[in-house]
Amino acid sequence: MLIGIPKEIHAGEKRVATTPEAAEKIRALGFEVAIETGAGVGANFTDDTYREAGVRVFDTAREIWEKADIILKVRPPETHPELCMDEAELLHKHQILISFIQPATNTELLEHLSQSGGTVLAMDSIPRISRAQKMDALSSMANIAGYRAVVEAAQHFGRFFTGQITAAGKVPPAKVLVIGGGVAGLAAIGAAKSMGAIVRAFDTRPEVKEQVESMDAEFLMLDFEEDGSGEGGYAKTMSEEFIRKEMELFANQAMEVDIVITTALIPGKPAPELWTEAMLETMKDGSVVVDLAAEMGGNCKLTEADKVVVKHGVTLIGYTDLPSRLAAQSSQLYATNLFHLLSDMTPDKEGQVQVDMEDEVIRGATVIKEGEITWPPPAPRLYAVPQKKEDTALPTSAGKAADSAPGGLKSLLLLMTTGLLLLGLGAVAPAEFMSHFTVFVLSCFIGYMVIWNVSPSLHTPLMSVTNAISSIIIIGALLQISSPDGLTSFLAAFAILITSINIVGGFAVTQRMLAMFRK
Amino acid sequence: MSEGIITMAYLGASILFILALSGLSNQETARRGNYFGMSGMAIALLATIIGIVTANYILMIACIAIGGLIGLVLAKKVEMTQMPELVAILHSLVGLAAVVVGFGTFLDHSVVFSGVEKTIHNVEIYIGILIGALTFSGSVLAYLKLSARIGGKPLLLPGRHFLNLILLLGAISYLVQFVNAANDAQALNALLVMTAISLLFGIHMVLAIGGADMPVVVSMLNSYSGWAAAATGFMLSNDLLIVIGALVGSSGAILSYIMCRAMNRKFLSVIAGGFGTTSSKGAGAAASAGSDADVQAIDAESVAHMLLAAKKVMILPGYGMAVAQAQHSVFEMSRKLREAGVDVRFGIHPVAGRMPGHMNVLLAEARVPYDIVFEMEEINEDFPNVDVSIVIGANDIVNPAAQEVPDSPIAGMPVLEPWLGKTTVVLKRSMASGYAGVDNPLFYKENTRMLFGDAKSSIDEVLKNL
Repeated sequence: MLIGIPKEIHAGEKRVATTPEAAEKIRALGFEVAIETGAGVGANFTDDTYREAGVRVFDTAREIWEKADIILKVRPPETHPELCMDEAELLHKHQILISFIQPATNTELLEHLSQSGGTVLAMDSIPRISRAQKMDALSSMANIAGYRAVVEAAQHFGRFFTGQITAAGKVPPAKVLVIGGGVAGLAAIGAAKSMGAIVRAFDTRPEVKEQVESMDAEFLMLDFEEDGSGEGGYAKTMSEEFIRKEMELFANQAMEVDIVITTALIPGKPAPELWTEAMLETMKDGSVVVDLAAEMGGNCKLTEADKVVVKHGVTLIGYTDLPSRLAAQSSQLYATNLFHLLSDMTPDKEGQVQVDMEDEVIRGATVIKEGEITWPPPAPRLYAVPQKKEDTALPTSAGKAADSAPGGLKSLLLLMTTGLLLLGLGAVAPAEFMSHFTVFVLSCFIGYMVIWNVSPSLHTPLMSVTNAISSIIIIGALLQISSPDGLTSFLAAFAILITSINIVGGFAVTQRMLAMFRK
Repeated sequence: MSEGIITMAYLGASILFILALSGLSNQETARRGNYFGMSGMAIALLATIIGIVTANYILMIACIAIGGLIGLVLAKKVEMTQMPELVAILHSLVGLAAVVVGFGTFLDHSVVFSGVEKTIHNVEIYIGILIGALTFSGSVLAYLKLSARIGGKPLLLPGRHFLNLILLLGAISYLVQFVNAANDAQALNALLVMTAISLLFGIHMVLAIGGADMPVVVSMLNSYSGWAAAATGFMLSNDLLIVIGALVGSSGAILSYIMCRAMNRKFLSVIAGGFGTTSSKGAGAAASAGSDADVQAIDAESVAHMLLAAKKVMILPGYGMAVAQAQHSVFEMSRKLREAGVDVRFGIHPVAGRMPGHMNVLLAEARVPYDIVFEMEEINEDFPNVDVSIVIGANDIVNPAAQEVPDSPIAGMPVLEPWLGKTTVVLKRSMASGYAGVDNPLFYKENTRMLFGDAKSSIDEVLKNL
C-alpha cells in the first residue's frame, strides 16, 4: 500500500506528518511512502533527505491524494488554496485518512468527509489508555505546547526567570503560575522550573497534586472538597461554589505572580474563563499571560487567538500554533505516534492495513468507516474484566472453605482441645516427663521471643547457625558411644561423624557469612 | 564428674545458644553471637565427653576429627549462591543422626523402663525416628531440587492428599504395634517399616512443592531438624537437647511463617504443594494486560545514561541474579554510581531467592555495605521518589498483578512496587513468566523498559558505558 503525505496547507503550519526517520520505519512495515515536494521544509527536512530514506517525492498534492491508499496529515482537511477545492473532496473511496480531525467541534467536516466513502481515523480520538499511549498525539503535542509556552513567555518577559545575586544587585526569581496540570501544564512546569522560576500550579483534579509535587512545584490547594476528574482522565466542569473559591485563589495569586500559563480545557466545550480582566488589572506591569486555550475561546477573555496583545500592561499571548513553532520536534513525535498506530494496524507487517473495529484503540480513533460516521465511539473500557474459569479452583480452596467458619470460635475450640489433651497427658505422665515437658514448652517460648528479633537480612546465617546447634544431637550419640554393644557403639560413631560435619560446617559457614556483612 | 556439674554445664551451654540466636538481631552483634554459639557447643561437648563417655575414645575422637574436617572443607568451599543447597544437606544430616540415635537408644538396654514410663519412652523413640527420617529424606530431596539435579517443578501424584493420609495412618498403626510389641524383634520390625514410611512421606512432601515455595521448604526442614533434636532429648531425658531442639524448631517455624506471609500463602497449602501448576491456568487473566508488542526494549548504553542522570536508584535483585552470578557486577555498578553521586539502594523481598535472607548473603559476599540494603517494608513507600529501579532476575516479587488482578494466583502477596517510580528497567532473559507461572503486567507498563539478556552480561555491558 502507498502512504502519501501532502504538504500542510494551513497558513503558518510548519509540521509534517512524517519525518525521514519515521518513513524508514513505516517502510519496514511493508508500505511504500510518498510525500508532496516541499512537505518537510517547514520542519527542516528537505526532499533529498526523504529520498535518502527511500521515500518517493511527488510534484503535486493532487498526485498524492489520487495515488495514495493512506493519507497522513497533521491538520484537519480544509480548503486547498492552490487546487481551490476542499481536501475533504480529494478523499476517495477505499482511501484512509489519518489526521487530527476534532470530530466533536467539526461536525460539518465529518459530514463532508463521509460523503467520499473513505475511512477516517482521528489522531485526537485515540482513547487514553495505557496501551495507546505511544500513539497519543494529543499528549505529544501538548507536551511541546507546554514547553513552548514557557519559551514564548520568557521572550516577552523582561526579566530573568532565575533569581541571582550579582555585583549589580539582587534579582528575585520569577513566579510562574500554571493553571491545569495536564500534559501541557506539567511540561510547562518542568520547563519553567528548569529555568529557575518559582512554579505554582493549580488543577481541579486532586490526583494531579502528586504529579505536580513530583516536579518540585507547589500545588495550590482549595479548602473545598470536590473531585474534578471526568471521563478518560480529562477534567469536567465544576460546581459554582467551587469556581467561586477558585477565583478567590486566582485573584490572590494575580497580585504575586509574574507569569501565568493557562491550559484549562474541557473536551468539547468552550474554554472556561479563569483569568478575569480584574485579575489582569491587579497583575504587575510587564507580566505575561500565555493562554494555551486561545483556540477554544481562551481561559482569559481578552486573549486574542494567534496574536500577542498588551492589555492593562500585561502581555497576552494567544498563539494556537505552539507545536508548529517547534516544527522539527513536533513532526518527529507526531510521526512516531503515526508509525505506532500504523504498526498496530498492520499486525503481519506486509504493508496491508486492517481497520479492526474490535480493537479498542482503532475503534476509538475511527470516526468514519467506509463513508459511515462512527463517532462518537462507545465509552472506553478502563480494563478488561478477566473471565473467571470454573476449573481454576486453587488447591487452597478447601482451606478457604474452612476459614469461613467464625475464626474466634475455631481458635477457641482449638485452644480447648489442646488444653484438655495436655491435662490428660499430665494425669498419666510420670513426673520426669512433666519436667522435660515444662523445659520444652518454655524453650519454645524463648525461641519464639528471640527469633522475632532476628534481622531479616540475617535469616540465612540464622538457618546455618541453628543447623549447627541442632547438631547438639551429638550428645545423644556420645551417651551411646561407650556402650559395650558393638552395634550400638558403631551407630553412635556414625552419628558422631555426621553431626561433627554439621557442627563444624554450620559454625564455619556462619562465620564466613557474617564476616562478609560490612558497612 | 558429678551429674550436678554436667547439668550446670548444659545450662550454661543453653544460655550461650540463646545468646547466639539473639545476637543475630543485628549485624554488629551477630559475629559475637556466633562465638557464643561455638563456646556453648564446646562446653556441652566437653562436659559430655569428660563426664559421660567412658570407653571408645579413639573411635569417638577419630569420628569428630574426620567429621569436623569434612565440615570445614564444605564451609570453606561453598559458593554463596549454593547456600540453600548446603543448608538443605546439613539438615539431612541432623535428621539422619536423629534416626541413628533413635535406633541406638532402642537397641540400648542399659536402662529398663516399665509401665507408663516404658510406653512414653517408646513413643518418644518412635516420634524421634519418625521426624528424623522425614527430615532426612525431605532434606536430601530439597538438596537435589535446589542443586538442580532433579527438576524444580512440583510433582503432583494423583490423590496425593489421600496418599499422605494413608502414610499417616500407617505410621500411627505401626506406632500401636511398636508399643504393644511382645518382643524386640517384632518391635524392631515395626520401627523399620515406620522408618520406611516416613522416608517416603518426606520425599513425597518435598516433591510436591514447586520452585518459588523452596524458601518455605528450607525453613520448614530447619524447623523439623529442631523438633527431631527435641524428640531425641525426650527420648534420652536430656534437657539440653530439648532446649536446643525447641529453639531451633520454633526458629524454623517462625521463618516458615514469615516466608508464607511474604507470599500471602497458607502454610498448609504450601505443604499440600502444587503452586506452579494449577495456578498457571488463572494466569490468562493477567495476560490480558498486554502482548509482546507492547514491551519496550532498551539497550545497555541507554540504561547507563539513564542511571547517570538519575538521583535515586533502587536495585531489586531476585533469584535470577544468583543464577547468573551477577552480584559482583551489580556491586561494581552500584559502586560506580555512588561515586558519581547517585543515591543507590537495594530493596530485598522476603522471598527473593531460594532461602530466607539469600539475597542479603549474596550482596554481602559481593561487598555491598549492608546499610544500603533495605527490606521491602522499609523502602516500598519510597518508590515514588525513585528515578530508576533496576529489577535483576526477579519476577513474581515485583508483580503488580498481586495488587491489581483480584483473581490472580498471587493476589494479595506483598510485592515491591517499582512501577510507582519514574522508570523501571527489567533485566530478563526472555518474556517467560516467573515460578508462579503468572504473567507480569509490570513489563507492559509505559514506564518500564526491558533489557533482555543474561543478567551478568547485561550488567557488565551497562558497566562499560558508565
